Amino acid sequence: MDTARFTEIDETTWKIEPQGAMRVPGIIYADEELILGMDDKVYEQTANVAALPGIVKASYAMPDAHWGYGFPIGGVAAFDPDHGGIISAGGVGFDVSCGVRTMLTGLTVHDIVAVQKPLADAFFETVPAGVGSKGKIALDTAGMDAMLRGGAAWAVESGWGESRDLERIEEHGRMEGADPACVSDKAKKRQRREMGTLGSGNHYLEIQAVDEIFDEGVAADFGLKEGEVVVTIHCGSRGLGHQIGTEFLRDMLPAAAAAGITLPDRELACAPINSEIGSRYLGAMRSAINCALANREIIGHFARDVFTRFFPNCDMPLMFDVSHNTCKVESHAIDGETRELFVHRKGATRAFGPGHPDLPEALSQAGQPVLIGGSMGTGSYILAGTKESEEKAFSSACHGAGRAMSRHAALKRWSGRQVIDDLAERGIIVRSPSQRGVAEEAPGAYKDVTAVVMAAENAGLARRVARLRPLICIKG
Amino acid sequence: MKTSSTKPQDMAVGWELLPHDADVRVHGWGPTVEAAFEQAALALTATVTNAKVAGKTAVNVTCEATDVELLLVEWLNAIIYEIAVSGMLFGRFEVRIDGTRLEGTLWGEPTDQELHKPACEPKGATYTALHVAEEAQGRWSATCVVDV
Repeated sequence: MDTARFTEIDETTWKIEPQGAMRVPGIIYADEELILGMDDKVYEQTANVAALPGIVKASYAMPDAHWGYGFPIGGVAAFDPDHGGIISAGGVGFDVSCGVRTMLTGLTVHDIVAVQKPLADAFFETVPAGVGSKGKIALDTAGMDAMLRGGAAWAVESGWGESRDLERIEEHGRMEGADPACVSDKAKKRQRREMGTLGSGNHYLEIQAVDEIFDEGVAADFGLKEGEVVVTIHCGSRGLGHQIGTEFLRDMLPAAAAAGITLPDRELACAPINSEIGSRYLGAMRSAINCALANREIIGHFARDVFTRFFPNCDMPLMFDVSHNTCKVESHAIDGETRELFVHRKGATRAFGPGHPDLPEALSQAGQPVLIGGSMGTGSYILAGTKESEEKAFSSACHGAGRAMSRHAALKRWSGRQVIDDLAERGIIVRSPSQRGVAEEAPGAYKDVTAVVMAAENAGLARRVARLRPLICIKG
Repeated sequence: MKTSSTKPQDMAVGWELLPHDADVRVHGWGPTVEAAFEQAALALTATVTNAKVAGKTAVNVTCEATDVELLLVEWLNAIIYEIAVSGMLFGRFEVRIDGTRLEGTLWGEPTDQELHKPACEPKGATYTALHVAEEAQGRWSATCVVDV
């Protein structure tokens, strides 16, 4: 994008001045190079969101923002129900509560390298990955509803997980206000055999080495030590979330018209929060959040199972579990007044700063862990939320590297075999059911995760704690 | 990945996949709106597999929408749903449109990991870059972004 279209507030803050139907400004946090690399559609979508009723302060985009549908991916926007605020299925995304969790192992890189190949094979056999992968868990009607109400807490009660995990998951592992009656039979049917599966696309399970520590104190609070190994899982609410997103995007279009909301584009389909369909979407979307939390808890259980086969005394506490496609009710101070807002984060991570009341005691001083997935080759980062982020973007930060090129372009440039061989030479073992899927996710197809993370840190959204280097990647 | 039908753009019937930052845009064209929808469905299958999909079993779907663009999204979502719940892929499509109602037949076979090597799972069709129109006399075009 041409930087001349923005007012440059500082090196990492770019403002779209309100124009036309925009009710508030747009703010993109990124350095100049990242702005130059972004598609013009990010500008357009950020501006369109700023035109929606009840939006508070600004329409934000994170440093990894890219062209999405409706809202940009990397978009953050808060709406006030008392001022006509809306809720949007496209503002959450189809993969509701897609997110990342990182578990500690206490093992060293040396321990893993000794068993790297058989460990990769064991993970690939145990964790269903790829298109149409079915899990061994089949839920009946009652089980489905219990899962949608209970989230990770349900998974733990069912024997897939540990109760100590729950305080390390957003919403303590169980999203309040989930109403399975708001979830269609079609959505439930699509999920019946998908619990405990990774899915495809950019989803993965990685065994990673802690390669560099940037903040010793916070790293110690998070349990991270240089040279030790962690397990990171990236996936979401699978078919259930996709179907909910699909159905509500469709149903919100006439709802917006009925409420007299003029949409800049149909892709912005939304409904007033205080409406029948608004509350129905909330009941369904919160159920999908629980589905994603349960799914990651189950896959975390599988990860423990695999590790204890190789390392019988291995203890694997959950460091943290974040969601990056959500709409949540949060209290935020606006001009000195505390207001309850519906914060949409689509491809953006919640990033509460130190002392936030929702954080578990052990993390209260450090701030919330923010888990940033990179690519298979370049590694990932762990950040911590800052107090400043509250003022900057409703306590939000980026969620990944963000794609630099389309899947289409990636396939023209790389083959899956070549990517796997190149990574193997660098000590990274990739296992995936699809060579084409690997090529589409080639490291070179992503932006430089370090540039994204530095922009987030320089903008005050979150600060670096540690960098992770992949050793094994199970790619969906 | 096969990113277009073998027929070049100027031919009467065909499909292609167009780049989008994180997802993919399907595009089909043909002499009628029905043909354009059938071609867009073939493009959707190409997001999943490059392999030939045999039309062994027929599945019927119906959908409705208030205009022809929304009907394209409903049509693609009906196929995505069938792919997800029946565990099948589809290689041939037939569409009949009567006003705001679409009746479609999908011919396909169970997804075979070895044979089809499925690469990605479509999550849903979106209203982004959604466009259905008769672009020139006797040439209909149907396109939108699919979340993958």
